Amino acid sequence: MKRRTRANPSSRTAQGRRSAKAQVSPPPLWTQKEIKVRVNGVEYTSTVDVRMTLVDFLRHELGLTGTHVGCEHGVCGACTILLDGQAVRSCLLFAVQADGAEITTVEGLGTPERLHPLQEAFRDHHALQCGFCTPGFLMTTLAFLRENPEPSDEEIREVLAGNLCRCTGYQGIVEAVRDAAQRLRSAHGA
Amino acid sequence: MVTRYFGEPIKRNEDPRLLTGRGTFVDDIRPPGLLHAALLRSPFAHARILSIRTEKARSLPGVVAVYTHADLPPVLQEPLPKLIPHPALVHHKTQYALAPDKVRHVGEPVAIVIAESRYIAEDALDLIEVDYDPLPPVVDLEQAIQPGAPLVHEDIGTNVCAHYTQRVGNVEEAFAKAAHVFTERFVIDRGTAAPMECRGVVAQWEPKMRQLTVWDSTQAPIPIRNGLARLFGLPQANVRVIAPDIGGGFGPKIMMFYPEEVLVPFAAMQLQRPVKWIEDRLENFVAMNQEREQIHEAAIAVDGEGCILGVKTVFLYDAGAYIPYGLIVPIVASTTLPGPYKIPNYHCEFRAVFTNKTIVSPYRGAGRPHGVFVMERLMDRVARELNLDRAEVRRRNFIQPDEFPYDVGLIYQDNAPLIYDSGNYPACLDKALEMIGYDRWPSERERYRREGRYVGLGLACYVEGSGIGPYEGCRVTVEPSGKVYAATSVGTQGQGHFTSFAQIIADILSVPVEDVTITTGDSGAFGWGTGTFASRAAVVAGNAVALAAQAVREKALRVAATLLEARVEDLELRDGRVYVRGVPGRSLSLGEIAVAANPLRGTIPEEWEQPGLEATRYFAPPRGTFASGVHAAILEVDIHTGMIQILKYVVVHDCGRVINPMILDGQIRGGVAQGIGGAFYEKLVYDETGQLLTRTFMDYLIPTAMEIPEVEIAHVETPSPLNPLGVKGAGEAGVIPVPAVFASAIDDALAEFGVRITEMPLSPNRLLEIIQVARGRGGGVSP
Amino acid sequence: MKPAPFQYAAPETVEESLALLRAFGEEGKVLAGGQSLVPLLNMRLARPSVLIDLNRVRELSYIRDEGMTVAIGAMTRQRSVELSGLVRERLPLLAEAVRYIGHPQIRNRGTIGGSLAHADPAAELPVVALVLGAQLVIRGPKGTRSLRPEEFFVSYLHTALEPEELLVEVRFPAHRAYGTAYLEVARRHGDYALVGVATMVRMEGERCAEARLGFTGVGPVPVRLPEVEEAVAGRRLEDATLAEVARIVADRLEPQSDIHATAAYRREVAGVLAGRALRLAAARFKGGEEG
Repeated sequence: MKRRTRANPSSRTAQGRRSAKAQVSPPPLWTQKEIKVRVNGVEYTSTVDVRMTLVDFLRHELGLTGTHVGCEHGVCGACTILLDGQAVRSCLLFAVQADGAEITTVEGLGTPERLHPLQEAFRDHHALQCGFCTPGFLMTTLAFLRENPEPSDEEIREVLAGNLCRCTGYQGIVEAVRDAAQRLRSAHGA
Repeated sequence: MVTRYFGEPIKRNEDPRLLTGRGTFVDDIRPPGLLHAALLRSPFAHARILSIRTEKARSLPGVVAVYTHADLPPVLQEPLPKLIPHPALVHHKTQYALAPDKVRHVGEPVAIVIAESRYIAEDALDLIEVDYDPLPPVVDLEQAIQPGAPLVHEDIGTNVCAHYTQRVGNVEEAFAKAAHVFTERFVIDRGTAAPMECRGVVAQWEPKMRQLTVWDSTQAPIPIRNGLARLFGLPQANVRVIAPDIGGGFGPKIMMFYPEEVLVPFAAMQLQRPVKWIEDRLENFVAMNQEREQIHEAAIAVDGEGCILGVKTVFLYDAGAYIPYGLIVPIVASTTLPGPYKIPNYHCEFRAVFTNKTIVSPYRGAGRPHGVFVMERLMDRVARELNLDRAEVRRRNFIQPDEFPYDVGLIYQDNAPLIYDSGNYPACLDKALEMIGYDRWPSERERYRREGRYVGLGLACYVEGSGIGPYEGCRVTVEPSGKVYAATSVGTQGQGHFTSFAQIIADILSVPVEDVTITTGDSGAFGWGTGTFASRAAVVAGNAVALAAQAVREKALRVAATLLEARVEDLELRDGRVYVRGVPGRSLSLGEIAVAANPLRGTIPEEWEQPGLEATRYFAPPRGTFASGVHAAILEVDIHTGMIQILKYVVVHDCGRVINPMILDGQIRGGVAQGIGGAFYEKLVYDETGQLLTRTFMDYLIPTAMEIPEVEIAHVETPSPLNPLGVKGAGEAGVIPVPAVFASAIDDALAEFGVRITEMPLSPNRLLEIIQVARGRGGGVSP
Repeated sequence: MKPAPFQYAAPETVEESLALLRAFGEEGKVLAGGQSLVPLLNMRLARPSVLIDLNRVRELSYIRDEGMTVAIGAMTRQRSVELSGLVRERLPLLAEAVRYIGHPQIRNRGTIGGSLAHADPAAELPVVALVLGAQLVIRGPKGTRSLRPEEFFVSYLHTALEPEELLVEVRFPAHRAYGTAYLEVARRHGDYALVGVATMVRMEGERCAEARLGFTGVGPVPVRLPEVEEAVAGRRLEDATLAEVARIVADRLEPQSDIHATAAYRREVAGVLAGRALRLAAARFKGGEEG
């Protein structure tokens, strides 16, 4: 059910009568809005409450529960997704802000039968234990390796610092990213 | 039997699922018709509740119900159960599902709202009007024992709920005769486990069959099932508690019960719709149990050679507002303190104290870090005062490899005598010293000083009690497909049970490890057990797994013997098939044997115990098994800013035989990371009104990949004689000695100023203060 | 932690944004990168009735070379500034400081204007703006006005922006001719500074001809200390000079204590960092970096 609240219509009409240089009337206010998003290559149309966060939209409206909620204040990174190719914290975005955007979540990376090289590397190097922070780390490093295909360990640790893990002590993750960088280079280079 | 998997770094079975976002954490469970809960929590540390008005909240569109204490049935109005009573715990006060007339810590639940969405439920919280009459809170641990301090529980007339002493020998006499006595005061502050996944509960009630299903982010689903069945008057068979994938436990996810664990099932049963409650991070900081706060007045008596004559500590343990979990943490601290040393006379005395702060229950280490901190600081003190080498002082006091089993003379947390079963403390120390470059250190240190750098080496030894009972069980089943299914009730929060237990079974039944599927934490799959805590799952559940698999193996051979008309001694099990030795043509697969063991006609022999290729076994260790190790670190201090940097960190760990070294190393590294957090970054800060000031990840600082160094790990293996697999626990090892190592390294870096670290956690600010005070005392140096 | 209800507007031009601010500026809030605001919304510490989302106002996103000045649109992402060759070339102090802001995920959304308008007392961009003498261009019902950072930053999380006004552009003077350095002490990589120092120096031989120093994390607004800048002018940056710098800094600053650091710590460390930053900036002026 769509509901819209418009700005005061009378002031809009009055302003419409003024000259071209006159002040513009404010755009409408919304409490619910229809959005179109493309997630992992699939287009979705949905009407959402404007205050619904993007992570809640992905998890509960679209059923893509791979992205996790860890803090809802932008520190832990468990909610990291790619928005138009950039790694962002989806707990700090509203679904309405993603209207028209291209989103990649962990579900778009690989399947248990066909893991992405990054996921293979995480498995090989024991880069996950409970797995809760893992999708966030995967999306952060996916974006990172696209920009920086030959990172140093220091650069790897620096980019990982935006995601928290409580289980692994990070060493397995650093090794996995180093290894994944090499695998991805070979895959593209060869 | 040739082992192929045990001891190998096998890749984890559960990873493909978790890596592709196909984990099932409690917030991923979404039964149709789901309602959402939110809790109203006390904003005061101590207050009377004069009235609660919920009409506005109830009438908000989308709100289905609002409950306060008065709305609960009598059985839910009572204090929640006491876990682990102890004769010394004379005031075993426990928490309520919803506060009746008084709140005793910030975050204590006062009301619960059930609504169509969490968003609306939180809107409704804003509309509940509670009239509080604030009372003076008692926040400081030492103030809480002063006469005239505000009382957390008025009816008992004190804040001291337990006073317990354990003694070995005669410590007064030892101290009186000693050549040297050194005393010290140690202060360790509160911390929290902060798992990445907060707590959560989903409950679903089927009224016609009277069946309750609960998904709970808990480390102990069976006690929850048993407790809920009892509470709601249901047969245990009608209650199913599932601990799904859990995003980190670390201790505080064991309770019976957190309020939400009874309120959410209650609401689901009342409303006849499934209900979900997911804790948010702000709640987690005040509502999930915390730990770590203790104050020790300790002393050590030694002879002229630094040999220990006696150790004494008297300490205060902050229990928080209630003490459901009993005295486990302070008892573990008391019994961990002696460590790897021979201590002929020992006095360990503590008081457990109520304060108006969040409830305390074990967090990874559970008191062991405190015991190790006190003992290792005292040992470093002895070394410095007597001008002895730190490693040498320890060596002189070690229990030697040929002195096991060694009776420390105390009673451990499992009520059994504290007897170390096996270990080789000198070997662990030597290995750690070699890895850290101890022999080169004096000249290295000099080199750094000439460069104007303050770098120190720290070391700490520990013994870790693990693998305690009462028991765990496992059922192993081979299905006609030949694939193996096993179920045990311990939960998994990342420790890799789906793989390590599979490795054990795969070796015994000679099947590929990928063909073994493990179910953990589901009372519907296996209903007996206690839970994952105290570094016990590999030891206790692991051995139950092995016993059950062994029983299946033996049955397979017996059944095959009949079918193949051979003697059991002539059979061998290889690659999932039973062969007659020397007759390659005559063999049966395990799957075929499973079919034969479950016939549709005829009868089954009595000695089979049961049909099918299946067995259930339990392992009940009479007492714990003792892992041990040494950590060493090289650490640099910027004496002008108080910032530190870890240059090198090594761990030598002995947990007996190792099931999966990759998983083990992961556990150690994760523990070290939490230890580093607790040494330099993580501190829960309460103000004098009992408000938690560090209530988000912006203020409670979890270390990142930039703060945690690489950790080099080596293993020593002294198998445990107490269980068939020879394993010891390892889950907490990483965290236990870290504060002690930090303090030891900082002391060494700042030795010329005479710095002696006796508190944890530190911070750059605090460290700079300590340095300046020490330098002001005369240890001057140019900038 | 779900936000309280609000109404949402998504203007696409500056004019539309201003119209919204005219209508709802008092009870509304502007949403830029959201990295500071949305946590407050989620914690219900901020409960605006209207949220004005600037993320579709493309005309506010630019980095323009204007000769002696580089003009950056208020909605330009911090990450764009970080990756900009123009910024690295002409505004080295800004390029260095922006890398201390949180983590890449934060900088992908966080904006230059948003950070300045939020005015966190321990943030990096306000002190850089102060030291560089940037101009903050504001548009509102009364037209356009420009403020200096001293005028713009009023107190903790409080700027001179009126409820109906919008920060639209920040104009940074190009400063390649100076040696610059930004240093901070933070508990963890990416955290807000306990203390941060931004400095630019012009050297004449071994002597410091001109120095500017700004401090963050030491009070409600970023601070310059003219006494320190005078004390350094014309002198060599040797131990004695820097010790005096540290003394003046510790003496003159009036920071607050909080759970992460005491006032005494901030004073002390500000002095230490000032010396280190001056040395580093001076070395860079010569074209080589000291250790």
